[in-house]
Amino acid sequence: MISIRNITKRYGGGSASILAVDGVSLEVGAGEVLGFLGPNGAGKSTTMKMVTGFLTPTSGTAVVCGRDVVEDPVGVKSAIGYLPEGAPNYPDMTARSFLDFIARVRGLSGAEKKRKVDAVVERVHIGGVLRQPIETLSKGFKRRVGLAQAMLHDPPVLILDEPTDGLDPNQKHEVRHVIRAMADRGDSGRAVVLSTHILEEVEAICTRAVIIAKGRVLVDGTPAQLRAMSKYHNAVSVTLVPPINAAGEPVNLAGELATMKWVAEVEDQGVRHVPVSPAGPGGPRQSCTLLAKGGRPLLADVTSLAKSRGWTIETVSVEAGRLDDVFRELTQKEHVRAGGAA
Amino acid sequence: MIGLWPVFRRELSGYFTTPVALVFIVIFLFLSGIFTFQIGKFFEAGQADLSAFFTFHPWLYLFLIPAVSMRLWAEERKTGTIELLLTLPISLPAAVLGKYLAAWAFTGIALLLTFPVWITVNYLGQPDNGVILAGYLGSLLMAGAFLAIGSCISATTKSQVIAFIISVVVCLLFMLAGLKEVQGFVSGWLPLEAVQVVGGFSFLTRFESVAKGVLDLRDIVFFVSIIATFVAATAVVVNMKKAE
Ligand SMILES: Nc1ncnc2c1ncn2[C@@H]1O[C@H](COP(=O)(O)OP(=O)(O)OP(=O)(O)O)[C@@H](O)[C@H]1O
Ligand SMILES: [Mg+2]
Repeated sequence: MISIRNITKRYGGGSASILAVDGVSLEVGAGEVLGFLGPNGAGKSTTMKMVTGFLTPTSGTAVVCGRDVVEDPVGVKSAIGYLPEGAPNYPDMTARSFLDFIARVRGLSGAEKKRKVDAVVERVHIGGVLRQPIETLSKGFKRRVGLAQAMLHDPPVLILDEPTDGLDPNQKHEVRHVIRAMADRGDSGRAVVLSTHILEEVEAICTRAVIIAKGRVLVDGTPAQLRAMSKYHNAVSVTLVPPINAAGEPVNLAGELATMKWVAEVEDQGVRHVPVSPAGPGGPRQSCTLLAKGGRPLLADVTSLAKSRGWTIETVSVEAGRLDDVFRELTQKEHVRAGGAA
Repeated sequence: MIGLWPVFRRELSGYFTTPVALVFIVIFLFLSGIFTFQIGKFFEAGQADLSAFFTFHPWLYLFLIPAVSMRLWAEERKTGTIELLLTLPISLPAAVLGKYLAAWAFTGIALLLTFPVWITVNYLGQPDNGVILAGYLGSLLMAGAFLAIGSCISATTKSQVIAFIISVVVCLLFMLAGLKEVQGFVSGWLPLEAVQVVGGFSFLTRFESVAKGVLDLRDIVFFVSIIATFVAATAVVVNMKKAE
């Protein structure tokens, strides 16, 4: 539904120009919720501004629902619902007159306008504040009014720039719920693109994640695929009761664990002493995280090794890998490379 | 021009949901009254016409019109609503024209509200109402020209204060272009034809006859061309500056 083709944006001219987006290409299909990730200044907003027809690309283009944004910007705009960064609105207007205005510009009138406005008000739960000037609303409600504005005409494509930025956890949850519901709505056939700095948001609502930095796409995959790129993917965190040596000291097991075939690296969190408690006997405990070579499952090997050596395993868990780590690894590597070149 | 009408409607009602409309209209009426009756010596003149009233309109507009036009685009750019507006399915010309026409309609309303002056003069004597109508039309056209200039300047900046100040200065230049002093100044370094062209842009000179009720077709064409030029320039400037 969205096809971004080698889109590039250069701000300003001459030597002071900034290459904000550098040849981004993406396809987003119906039913997808794409999370757009990247450090500050990566070019997320700039890309969205070009796809929505606000900025003209320096080169390349985007095609939305079969319409080319450079050739038919108005056609593209009518197919898109867009929430710009910071959810700008007209502060003097009431929420109701604001939505009425948007509906009229989108060519709705009469009973149909009323029906659509009522429906979107219902969906984002702003029925109670419709008569209030938008400037008097709390941030959460302002954001919902912004979302309502974007979703009012039931667009096939929804583009949301940091929809949950600056909201409290409850509001975040609410807004995610609204977005998810919009993506799942009956007839499907909708594509949602949202940018965010909150990685758990990607896990919560996105079917696909794209990380960009310095205007280029670094990775593109499902959240699970991204997590699999983490060095912690399938890592095993284990807490053992270490044996005591002749000198009465606990033996550090990290070295021995590291000799296992599929262990790439052992992160040793060290030995600590726990006091006796109702939960179990006191004494030394060792915690380690074993990183898997090539993401191989390690659990069986670890338990059989412990059994053969007579170590007691107190807790053990398998890590899925965190998007945070992938994000940091990828974008900081990029950083170092760029810094080294300069 | 899909979308022009909703934009026009929103903009115009925007004046009335804030104190802008009230303040503007009260000051406009108050100043027209002072100028007409105190300074213009309307009663002492003993003439049943409104030339005293119209003569001061350029000076009133000089400060009041930039106060209306300054927010047209500067505010949209400052608050970021320009991104909202220009990603709605309307063309840029429709958005620019819709906002401009709303501002013009608003000043038209303020102008209409001076009707008590017209009633007074009709009560006191038998004025030529055709002449008065021509005066109103001419005044509205001149207001439109000032607004178009102000709209274009408002698009160049995010600061309403700067938009106001620059608009006043530019409007003043347009007003005074025909005065002897200005003509004398430019004739020092411009060829004669150019001096005449500069003089031709003078709002004051043009409006002088309008105030007396002579609305020449050439004056209409002049003001309409100024409006068209600056509204088109507004669209160009908005398009250039929207990214910033
Ligand atoms: N109007 C502008 N003029 C010049 N440079 C700009 C402009 N807008 C953005 N930039 C630059 O373009 C780059 C990309 O900015 P952009 O806003 O797209 O990033 P982003 O990924 O949305 O970042 P954030 O996460 O902080 O919102 C940045 O280096 C920024 O400084
Ligand atoms: Mg951004």
